[in-house]
Order: sequence, then structure tokens, then C-alpha cells
Amino acid sequence: MSDAAVPLSRFSRFDRGRVLAWLQDYGVYAAIALLIVINVAITPHFLTLENLRTQLVQVAPVVIVSLGMALVIGTEGVDLSVGSVMAVATALLPLYLGYGIVPAILVGLLGGALVGLVNGSLVAFVGVQPIVATLALFVGGRGLALVVAGGQLKDILNPSLLSLGSSSVVGVPVPVVIAIGLTVVVMAVVRRTTFGRRLVAIGGNRTASELSGLPVRRILLLVYMASGLLAAAAGILATARLQASDPSSLGLLMELSAITAVVVGGTPLTGGRIRVLGTVAGALLIQLVRATLIKHDLTDSLAQMVQAVIILAAVYAARGQAGR
Amino acid sequence: MTSTVTAPAEAPPGAGGRERFFGLMQRHGATAVLVLLVAVGSVSFSSFPTGDNLGNIAITSSFLATVALGMTFVIITGGIDLSVGSVFALGGVLAAYGMRWGSFAALLLPLAVCGAFGLVQGLLIARVRLAPFIVTLAGLLGARGLLLSISNEGATTYLIPHGSLLARFGQGSVLGLGYPVYLTLALFAAGAVLLQRTRFGQCVYAIGGGEDAAQLMGVPVTRTKVLVYVMSGLLAGLAGALNAARLSSGVTILGTGMELDVIAAVVIGGTLLTGGAGSVSGTIAGVLLLGVIQNLINQIGDLSSSYQQVVSGGFLAVVVVVQTYLSRVQRLR
Repeated sequence: MSDAAVPLSRFSRFDRGRVLAWLQDYGVYAAIALLIVINVAITPHFLTLENLRTQLVQVAPVVIVSLGMALVIGTEGVDLSVGSVMAVATALLPLYLGYGIVPAILVGLLGGALVGLVNGSLVAFVGVQPIVATLALFVGGRGLALVVAGGQLKDILNPSLLSLGSSSVVGVPVPVVIAIGLTVVVMAVVRRTTFGRRLVAIGGNRTASELSGLPVRRILLLVYMASGLLAAAAGILATARLQASDPSSLGLLMELSAITAVVVGGTPLTGGRIRVLGTVAGALLIQLVRATLIKHDLTDSLAQMVQAVIILAAVYAARGQAGR
Repeated sequence: MTSTVTAPAEAPPGAGGRERFFGLMQRHGATAVLVLLVAVGSVSFSSFPTGDNLGNIAITSSFLATVALGMTFVIITGGIDLSVGSVFALGGVLAAYGMRWGSFAALLLPLAVCGAFGLVQGLLIARVRLAPFIVTLAGLLGARGLLLSISNEGATTYLIPHGSLLARFGQGSVLGLGYPVYLTLALFAAGAVLLQRTRFGQCVYAIGGGEDAAQLMGVPVTRTKVLVYVMSGLLAGLAGALNAARLSSGVTILGTGMELDVIAAVVIGGTLLTGGAGSVSGTIAGVLLLGVIQNLINQIGDLSSSYQQVVSGGFLAVVVVVQTYLSRVQRLR
């Protein structure tokens, strides 16, 4: 199909389809670059180390959740339960901190993986649509977290858990290091492993994948479990940074931020393609927009509306490419 | 799978009856469970079947039901509207804001703005052909942003004075049921007629069944889809305005996560998210079911309200599993 379009576009210098395709692939980087230039010019104290650290630490959990979301969206699914998974993880942490930090973190991650297992089973084996399957745990997961925690906010006093949120490795905050590490891992999985290729194949055409003998159900199960694990990891990091376990508010609206980051980063909602670096850039872009507006005393309401416009622009660009 | 392939050759005796039973379950399962729950609740708790309590369930459910009515139309066309929670809150704030020009303005302002909001979303979905999920996700943020900018970043809560016409409508009651309940019932009756007995309703089903086929049959696809999103916006705004009237103020923090409750109610009511099938009566059963579950959990007393989310989520999971199974059985006949 794209072959047929080439000779036509050779004559028009400003080809709309091509511009939109370029925008979908690289628009997010261009937007980040533009925003950084604007900020350097007009925002005082923007290029300070302190500011960069704050921004990056804030965005780290969003990046981690978005990585899992990108995998799920790559299979033409969606995971609405990620915010609730963060709540489950933060509710489980203080219950097991008495046994030490490692068991507590493992239990938190296990909770996330279990939620993912339920989501994945509903999608892969029962055949429920992803949006409905994960909706059930979006509703139930946070309730479960509140029940587990007794509905209370608990302060975290364990020093080794707190240091996870506040200390640095050669000047880079630990949450940022973990986010970068996980990004590299997910990128390697998507680009270099059979699992990654199969995952993208399922998103491209599930029936064809099934007919060509791919273990579609097992892969879908693993993808949703990965999303649950990553969301739980983000929940643990956010808990460490906030120095408190608050299952009633942690991760609220996270599913929306993550979906936005993935879509803005150029991964189509129709599956079959995953852009890991784009996703990270998408999360950074949203954070940068918010920070810029807030620094200039432009309000939260404007930030939300700008975010809405960015989403629409990203999808419009994606549509242009799909329509070629 | 392989075992069922041979089955249709000679239909086993009673298969027709079983199929009809499955079909009934799909459409009226929520009603059946609702009746069962009300019966169990009436026997178990003496404070459940009182007029006060049932009236309370009705009024608290009526706002969710109004929003769910619009959502039912949207979902039957195969779309989705994630913006309703924000639009609901926006409607409430606009109603309270509009009180400075009188009760009628207070009702018209949210209807106009929320209807226009639905129109923009509908045009983006039907004409520009962007995915409903994304457009209304952006709408969710946009409406919340608009709301915040009207209310000085949520710092100002506009009031609806007691004694004004709007407040009296929101808070008054006849025969133990609040006025908004009657309005909701009337809207549902109108909705049922619109969906089952008019050209527009048939177009809605046709689009959900298969958009391309509907287009080829001459169904005005674009217009119908736009109208469906306008309806959803209007109803969400109206529900928000009435809720504000009941609370005497435009509370800015309402409606977060409401879109998912609404979708859950519609799905529990037997409307398929894949579009093309569903009913208005199922939706009302779904909404009431969620309301009764919440009320029964409150009756149990010392259980915290978080159990309600757990039960609702678990219930939703059971419903979708059963629905998926039922529709698979029907497809394999």
C-alpha cells in the first residue's frame, strides 16, 4: 500500500501523510527539544541540577508503569488496573516490612504479578476484552488494597526502604536508575527476544499468530503479568519517595498518564508496534509540559487541557500514518 | 472446540430450549440477580426493605442511571465515552455557576456546554475518525480542566441557594421518591422507545453490528454517531446539574472514576462492549444492582466501604466471564 503512495508524493513537496508519519515517529522528541529550548530561554533556574533531579524522580514511576502499558498496548490490549496495582503494592509493603525490606518488596511485586495473572487469564483464556477484564480489577483492586491496609495511611519508617526513594548512585537518584534499567530491559525484550517478536506479532494479527502456531495465550498471560509487576515496582518506588503507604490515593489516574505516554510516544492503540524509547519520551514530555506551566504560575486546569490537546495531536498523527 | 464442530449436524434434543435460556440470561441476568439480592436483603435485614431505604437507593442510583443511559447508546454503537465523569462534575459546577442568572439559566448552561462538549467529541470520532477511547480520554482531561478554570482551580465552590426552583426540584420528593428519580424513569422510558421503536435506534444497533455494512445499507453513520455522543454529553451534564441541585452546591471533586462505574453498570446490564447488542432496561438493572450491593454492604455495618469496591469488581468479573461464555455458546450453535 505504501509503495503505491510513493510515486504520487514525489511530486508534492509538502506531503501530508509523510509529515504526519514523521510526527508520529519523532514528534515527541521534537516537542521535548522545543520545550527544553523554550524553558532554557524563559524559565529561571531551569537548567539547575536540582530541578532536573526533581523532575526525573517525579517521572520515574510513570515511566515504569508506561513500559508495561506499552507492552500490553502492543498486543492490542490495554491495562486499566495499573493504578490499583500500585495501591495494592503500597498496601502490602508495611505489612511485611517487619520481616525485612527484601521480603516486603517481593510480596509487593508478587501482589502485582497476581493481579496481572488474573487480568491475563481473563483476556487470554476466557476471551474477555482487555478493557473490561482490567476494568474489574481497576474497581476491585483498590478496594482490596484498602481492605488489606485497613483503610489507613501508614508512615514508612524503615530506613533502607526510604533510602530507595531518596539516595543516589553517582549523582543519579535511585528511582531514575531503576527506571533506566527497566527501560533497557524492556527494550532488549522487545527488540532482541523471540518473546518480543511474538508479542508484536499477536498485536499485529492475533488470528494469524494463532494459526501459525504461536503460544498466543501464554504470551498474553505473561504480558499482563509483566504489566502488573512493573506497576507494582512503580508503586513501591513511589511509596519510598512519599515516605508513606496511602492506598486510597497512590496511583489515581495513573492508567490515563500511562496510556497517554504510550500513545504520544508513537505506539498505535491498534497494536503490532511498540516504541519503548518513544514511550519514555512521552512520559517525559507530559511531565515537562506540566512543570513548565506550573513554573510560570499557569494553572493545573490549563495543564490538563494542554495534555488533552497533545493526546489528540498524537492520535491524529497516528491516524494519518495508518491511512496511507 | 473440535467436539462442538460435529454437534450442529444433528442438534441434540433440548438444544433450542437451552439456547433460549442462555439468550434470556444474557439479556435479563442482571434483573434476575437483582430480584434475588433484594429478596435476600429483605429477609436478612429488617432495615433494608423500608420505604426510606429503598427511596434512598433510588435517588442515589438515579444520577448514575442517567449517565449510564447515554453510555448505553454509545456502547451499542461500538464506541465508548470515558469523559462522562468529568462532564458530570462540569455539569454540576456550571449549574451552580449559572444560578446567578436564575434557575432556568442554571439548567440550560450545563446542558448547552456539555452538549457542545459531546458534539466536539462526536465530530472528532465520526468525521475525523479518531478512536473513541482516545478522544474521550482527552475529553476527560479537557472537561476537568474546564471545570477547574471555572472554579478558580477548585478553590471556589458555587452554591445553589435553598428555596430556589432548581434546589427544590433536586431535593423535593413525592410518594417517598425524589423528583430526580421520576425524571430518570421518564428519560429511560423515552430512551427505550428511542432505541427500540425508532429509525434512529435501529441505526444505532446497525452501526454497532457492523459499521461498514451499515454504511453500505444507507444508514447515516456519521450523523448517528455524532448524535450518540451529544446525547451522552447532555445526559451526563443533566445528571451533574441535578446532583448539584440535590447537594445545593457544585462540588468540584465529584465524578472521578465515575466513567468506569457507569461502564460497569452498562456491561452488567447485558450490553456487549463489542457493540450491536444491549438494552436500556438491562442498564437500569445494572445500575440498581450496584446500588443494592452498596446498600447491603452498608447494612452489614462494621464492614468498611472498601468492601463495596471489592464486591463490585468481583461481580463485574463474574458477569463478563459468564457473558463471554454465553455469547461463545451462542456463536457455536
